[in-house]
Amino acid sequence: MIHFKVNGLDQSFDGDPEMPLLWYLRDILGLTGTKFGCGMALCGACTVLQNGTAIRSCTKQMGTVAGLEITTIEAISSHGPHAVQKAWAEVNVPQCGYCQPGQIMQAVSLLSSTPRPSDDDIDSVMAGNICRCGTYQRIRAAIKEAAKERA
Amino acid sequence: MITIENVSRRSFLQGMLSASGFVLCARILPRPLWAEAAGASPTIDTTAFHPGMFVGIQSDGTVLIVAHRSEMGNGVRTSLPRILTDELDADWSRVKVIQGDGDERYGSQDTDGSHSVREFFDAMREAGATARLMLVRAAAQQWGIPESQCVADPVHVVSDKSSSRKMGYGELAAIAAKLPVPKKEELKLKSPQEWRYIGKPAPGSDVSDICSGKPLFGMDVRVDGMLYAAIAHPPVLGGKVKSVDDSATLKVTGVKKTIPIDPFTPPHAFQPLGGVAVVADNTFAAFKGRNRLKIEWDNGSHAAYTSAEYKKQLQETARQAGKVIHTVGDPDAEFAKGGKIFEAEYFAPHLAHASMEPPVAVADVQADKVTVWSPTQNPQGVQEQVAKALGLKKEDVTCHVTFLGGGFGRKSKPDYAVEAAVLSKRTGKPVKVVWSREDDIKFDYFHSVAAMYIKAALDDAGKPKAWLQRSVFPPIGSSFEKDAVYSGAGEMSQGWDVSPFDIPNFRSENGQATAHIRIGWLRSVANIYHGFAVQTFANELAYHANRDPYDYLLTLIGSGHIVDGGTQGPPGMADKYPFDSARLRRVAELAAGKANWGKKKSGKGSGMGMAVHRSFLTYVATVVEVEVDNTGAIRIPHVTTAVDAGIVANPEMVRQQFEGAAVFGASIARTGEITATNGAIDQSNFFDYPVARMNDAPYQVDVHIVESTAPPAGAGEPGVPPFVPAMCNAVFAATGKRVRELPLTRNGFS
Repeated sequence: MIHFKVNGLDQSFDGDPEMPLLWYLRDILGLTGTKFGCGMALCGACTVLQNGTAIRSCTKQMGTVAGLEITTIEAISSHGPHAVQKAWAEVNVPQCGYCQPGQIMQAVSLLSSTPRPSDDDIDSVMAGNICRCGTYQRIRAAIKEAAKERA
Repeated sequence: MITIENVSRRSFLQGMLSASGFVLCARILPRPLWAEAAGASPTIDTTAFHPGMFVGIQSDGTVLIVAHRSEMGNGVRTSLPRILTDELDADWSRVKVIQGDGDERYGSQDTDGSHSVREFFDAMREAGATARLMLVRAAAQQWGIPESQCVADPVHVVSDKSSSRKMGYGELAAIAAKLPVPKKEELKLKSPQEWRYIGKPAPGSDVSDICSGKPLFGMDVRVDGMLYAAIAHPPVLGGKVKSVDDSATLKVTGVKKTIPIDPFTPPHAFQPLGGVAVVADNTFAAFKGRNRLKIEWDNGSHAAYTSAEYKKQLQETARQAGKVIHTVGDPDAEFAKGGKIFEAEYFAPHLAHASMEPPVAVADVQADKVTVWSPTQNPQGVQEQVAKALGLKKEDVTCHVTFLGGGFGRKSKPDYAVEAAVLSKRTGKPVKVVWSREDDIKFDYFHSVAAMYIKAALDDAGKPKAWLQRSVFPPIGSSFEKDAVYSGAGEMSQGWDVSPFDIPNFRSENGQATAHIRIGWLRSVANIYHGFAVQTFANELAYHANRDPYDYLLTLIGSGHIVDGGTQGPPGMADKYPFDSARLRRVAELAAGKANWGKKKSGKGSGMGMAVHRSFLTYVATVVEVEVDNTGAIRIPHVTTAVDAGIVANPEMVRQQFEGAAVFGASIARTGEITATNGAIDQSNFFDYPVARMNDAPYQVDVHIVESTAPPAGAGEPGVPPFVPAMCNAVFAATGKRVRELPLTRNGFS
């Protein structure tokens, strides 16, 4: 039996250790805000925080999550919208919106390690998150907006 | 389970009645079927009058508006309801948007072809104006004064002009509900000067739900007792299972059983591909079990398809005389005179849609009723195809439409929903079919590969006296007719049958090609390869004539004329939407001006390229700036697009669509390529089918919208076609290397 936390709550798991965290979150816990996009850590739709840092949950096997604290999109706004979410609304970022929870989690992680990111910082960190609708310029603008808000 | 609120027409009516609300009438306009691919559209009785569809008002004043078309980032849950809200003189902050189920009484719900606003602009206005008039009449009745003395002013209330008394829409709703529905002739639509929401920018209705990870999408649907399924599809189109060994699969924790799915009967249309399904109690178990199947396939006749060979055939066909589509003047006579001839061949490969949410559907078959939840662009298609597969009536199938995690045309083909229904019937439980990214890319309805040939006879100034263009591609029609080898009117109308240029002698042709994989429509469809060929050729002619490409493009367009001939659509279409090349010229001038064309020097690794294209009745000009380093790596610092889409319902959404189209176009131009070997698709995921990421997408896209009083045209697709040649023309300006074959990665760039 593996013990870990999801959004502050204790959880345990004794199923197939190869199951990716993504499918545990979505199918077992019913936390569907974390999206499936590629299954190979290529698109970032499944991004969650592991002890505060962005990871791809689609390649993180359940056998490796013991003792970890996982945070999903559902939890970052438990006390009202997060600065990143506010900025996303301000800039009207989403089109279809499917990739946006992953983009937001990646941006939250970026801003916690780099509070005032340059264009290069943003590009290099956010390049792992694909948006097929092409909202990149608004994502970049929203990250800068959120950085300002938090400063 | 899922946050998006669906409502069937019946429950909407009942809900309204119980809430003392009312339901209104709207005349459903017939869909211009000409834009459809051959056989792709169901036949709907569009002449019938179907009342009470789009709007209701609750006694607390909340206005409920049904979004009957699919939301996939196109902004349709915002743009159409705001049109209605405007004519209703209601307060947008008190509007709640509800997603309509599949129901042919809405009219067309097939959300493709960039026609949501175009087709429903008038219907939404009429629905709003009908409701407003009924509320005004309800107030007049209540106060015992003439209707003419009552006015909906300013919002959400009816006022008595002769006194200060007012009644809110909520108070009036129950009274209005009992009134007869006014005739269309009685309606008074607002003048454009009176519009409060139409033409004014507004953000999306659902941004906050999206950004908080609410369960909105098809992938997020959860139904009690639901099983999960993954399907091993035949690697080659039309392939069949010869034998299957599922012993390793059945040992996987969570796997319940395997179920064969019948192969389709040609033509495949929207039928499932067949194969073997693995049913499990979670998605991962289904995927893992699927990977452990040992299947021997009978690949069938398409196993001979190898795209490298096929390319040579298409190119050879493009060099031969083809089927004549449209002729102006006498091009043969002009070519026969000899003189300066310029000719070129172009090639564009297959593409996959790769929407971020792969195909997914949940179906629950109960006795002779089926409920489907699906991210679909085509809910009525889901009803029809599921009914057909299970031997039921269309009315027995309820299709709840979820949000779509991208669609781009893929999700108007409901094969995956049929798979879910077939498996639910076989298991007696609700089943969710989840396609992996590999399924999505390998088993798409692919955008067609195309070879094109263009020849021009030039005068001394380098302007064409005659122009011949020939296009060869396996047609979309092949998905619906077994032996279709020639283009339908749809693809020819997409940037090929007529020329936007002022050329006295012109002919368009089409050559035949047999499809070996499923062919479908992808955002802007044949405009992609046709726009690439025509706009690259125009750019080549400019350099050949030693002219500035922008000036030369204006010369080609001329002062503007109505382009006749070609596919004009149903009666009245060409009158309402004439192809006016003066509008094309205007967007070219606007884009060039805004981009500071000619003020920056091209060459030494930096350059500007331009292209113009009319598609989905919208005129677009795009200027792309590139920087190319000495390894061939391309950056796109700036894109300037000018758009004339007629009246624009929500400029914010149009801007988003054109920003996104530049990124979508960048993916096509730079890396987009699907190939096949022995009938099977070579690509599988984002590592071998890369799409634009933040660091290689355009850094800044500026969208300039032409103020227009012309009827609304289209916005979702028209930004894509000019981007691709504009980018390739910019690469030429920067490097001197001409790109006649997509993608750029085939030309030494990255």
